[in-house]
Amino acid sequence: METTIGKGTAKVTLPTSMAILIERSFAAPKHLVYKAWTTPDLVRRWWSAARGEVTVADIDLRVGGMWRWVLMTEDGFEVAFHGEYRELVPDERIVSTEVYEGFSDADAYSLNTMTFAEADGCTLLTILVEHQTQEHRNAHISSGMEAGMQDALDLLEAVAISLGA
Amino acid sequence: MARAPTTSDAFNAVAEPRRREILDALRSGERSVNDLVALLGLAQSQVSKHLRVLREVGLVHVREDGQQRFYRLNGQALRPIYDWIAAYAQTWETRFTALDELLEDLKQTENSDGDNYR
Repeated sequence: METTIGKGTAKVTLPTSMAILIERSFAAPKHLVYKAWTTPDLVRRWWSAARGEVTVADIDLRVGGMWRWVLMTEDGFEVAFHGEYRELVPDERIVSTEVYEGFSDADAYSLNTMTFAEADGCTLLTILVEHQTQEHRNAHISSGMEAGMQDALDLLEAVAISLGA
Repeated sequence: MARAPTTSDAFNAVAEPRRREILDALRSGERSVNDLVALLGLAQSQVSKHLRVLREVGLVHVREDGQQRFYRLNGQALRPIYDWIAAYAQTWETRFTALDELLEDLKQTENSDGDNYR
C-alpha cells in the first residue's frame, strides 16, 4: 500500500461498477477534518469547488438527522444534495445517504461512507459512494457536468453515447 | 439517443476485475483468445464470456483470421470514463485545496486557543 504524507492529490477509482472511491490525505489531525465536514459554517468555506457560493449547509448531526447542501453556481445553476445520517462515529466515520435533487427519480440515492484515518498528524480521508441503481450512478455522472464543467455538454453527450453503445 | 442497457455498459465492463485484466493485457496490442486464456489462467469459456461483454459495449474490437479471433482495445470507448473520472477528481481536488486552507486556519486557531487558555 502507498504511504501518503501530508497533503496529496485526490485519487478517484471505480472499485465496482456501482461505486466510486475518493481518497485524499490532509496535513491535519482527523478531528479537524471531521469538524470541517460536520460544521455548517466550515462546509460553506470549502464545498463550493470554486464554482459559486454555498447557499445552504444544513446539518442535523445525529443518526436519522438530515443534511442538505446547496451550491449556487456563478452561471445561476442551483446544485442541491441532501441525505440522512445513518451512522456517526465522531472523528472516525460518517455514513449517510445522498440524493441529488436534480435527478427526476426522487427515490434514487447513494450510500456514502466517509472514513477519517490519522497517522503522524495527517489524515487519510476516504469517501466511498455506493449507488443503489445504475440509473442513479449515471445521474450522478451527469450532475458533475451540470455543475459547470467546461465542456459539459460535449462530455455528457459522449458519456451518454458510450453508455448507450 | 439509445438508452443505457440495464445490465451492461462501459462502467460495468470496466469494473469487473477480470475484464480489467483483459483490457490491461490488450494495452500492448492485439492478442488472440488463446493468448488471453494463457495469460489470465481462466477457462476459455470464461474468457470468451468477458470478451463478449467487452465487445458489446465497444471496449474491444475483434478481427477474425482463419480459425483465430484477435482482440484489440478500443481506447475511444474508454475515453468518456477516464474523462469523467478526471473531471470528477478535479472537482474534488478543488474542494480539497480549499479544505487544506481551512484546516490550516483551524490548526492555528486551535494552537492559539491552547496558548491563551492552557
